[in-house]
Amino acid sequence: MDKLERLYRQVIMEHYKNPRNKGLKNKDGYHKVHIKNPSCGDDITVETKVEDGIVKEVNHEGSGCSICCSSASVMSETLKNKPVEKALQIKDEYLKMLMDKDRDETVELEDAIAYVGVKKFPARIKCASIAWKAFERAIKESE
Amino acid sequence: MDAHVIKKDFPILKDKTLVYLDTSASSLKPNNVIDKINEYYKEYGVNVHRGVYNLSYVATSKYEKAREKIASFINAEFEEIVFTRGASSALNLVASSYGLTNLSADDEIIVSELEHHSSVLPWQNVSKITGAKLVYVPLNKAGRITVENFKKVLTIHTKVVALTYISNVMGYITPIKEIIKLAHEKGAIVCVDAAQAAPHKTIDVKEIDCDFLAFSGHKMCGPTGIGVLYGKPDLLAQMPPIEFGGDMIDTVEKEHATWKDSPYKFETGTPPIAEAIGLGAAVDYLDNIGLKTITDHEKKLSAYTIDKMKEIEDIEIYNPNTDTGIITFNIKGVHPHDAITYFDGDNISMRAGHHCAQLLIKWLKVPATLRISFYLYNTVEDADKFIKSLKNARDFFKEVGF
Repeated sequence: MDKLERLYRQVIMEHYKNPRNKGLKNKDGYHKVHIKNPSCGDDITVETKVEDGIVKEVNHEGSGCSICCSSASVMSETLKNKPVEKALQIKDEYLKMLMDKDRDETVELEDAIAYVGVKKFPARIKCASIAWKAFERAIKESE
Repeated sequence: MDAHVIKKDFPILKDKTLVYLDTSASSLKPNNVIDKINEYYKEYGVNVHRGVYNLSYVATSKYEKAREKIASFINAEFEEIVFTRGASSALNLVASSYGLTNLSADDEIIVSELEHHSSVLPWQNVSKITGAKLVYVPLNKAGRITVENFKKVLTIHTKVVALTYISNVMGYITPIKEIIKLAHEKGAIVCVDAAQAAPHKTIDVKEIDCDFLAFSGHKMCGPTGIGVLYGKPDLLAQMPPIEFGGDMIDTVEKEHATWKDSPYKFETGTPPIAEAIGLGAAVDYLDNIGLKTITDHEKKLSAYTIDKMKEIEDIEIYNPNTDTGIITFNIKGVHPHDAITYFDGDNISMRAGHHCAQLLIKWLKVPATLRISFYLYNTVEDADKFIKSLKNARDFFKEVGF
């Protein structure tokens, strides 16, 4: 159970209990994407606001397991105030890390590196990626 | 019956550390079923009902022999058994054929919040198309369908009653015989979802007098991709086919065609031959042990487990009075998907989620639940391992701050 303990002990519990950027603004200039995993009930909405090529805001709202909810919070904190290109690059490298694929380790994942342990639990990769995928769609759709 | 001996019949259980508690989703398959499927592919793997040569004759007779076994398994007649892809497609066949042909805007369809999506959504579709009204039996406080509550919704407008025999989440047995009698008095037909019943209890379609009854092979030691629809012969005779093509026809003209009699008019295309034969072998396997013995064994295990679970703090059991081997619960404050990973770490396979029964999950007012389900190959040791893991899981999540 060591690997599970490590997974939960890091930033995950902290963000699960105290989520950052939680709550949607639902205003003009924001783009919203809702993703659901009907098999387990994870349900996340991510909202982004891009100004002058910078991800000005990333907000989220929803319900699900601790991996899903905490990763939405960590994602919002990691990607906020990054240039769009940089944010998408971090997102790509994060998803590669979850899938245990070769990745560019020079790309700094910040707190999101905590989810490196998820690859040991293939059934949970979806939980850890759902918010990030919603972010990707929100950016693409708003472009 | 000694479950320790039974375990040896199931090759997956060669892994002694595995505790398989997800039979309600799909059961494990015994050697005799796997061998029968292999035998078909290795020795007579050709099409049925077509070839006028010996091999095809062998395949056809084995395929039809399976139908005969399955008929007697539920005390039905040969021609009352339609092979389908599973319980879902069997229930859809009843709704799409009988339902769409016979229902109209003045009619009512009784369903319940205990239903698996496969037992309610086909009728929701019929309701949308025909305008017939969907009516839900109110569940009692424990979440059961009772005869009393059924009487409250049964009217002269009721045309179809579509209910589960055993709930796949609560493990309750519906008083289906009494319900069918009452429904018939009002002229309604009853379609029973027996996906959780057929593997675990004796079913006698003549005794309960149901009009339709559906189940799947893979939950009862059989293969995936095969299911059964039982239907009363006069109803099957008047129902139109919903799929058209090879094998189901009598004669074909340019502008019209005629069909074979039931069951064949509902079985177009090359059927799941190996799967039907495999299901026949599964029926042999279960008959040999005896459904009654299996029912008692599961009940004993679930009663034992629930007693132990009650001693553990912070465990919420949603069906402490389950009638079967199904137990649905949560660890307080822990999302089931977090919990399931812990059990998986102990090589315990179980289910987390809404179990294809979102209406019931909403009724319980929880986001999702954990579920274990026992079968003939589970032992008291399996139950003890689960209990130990449950305690450890509860401690672990408390420790990390849930």
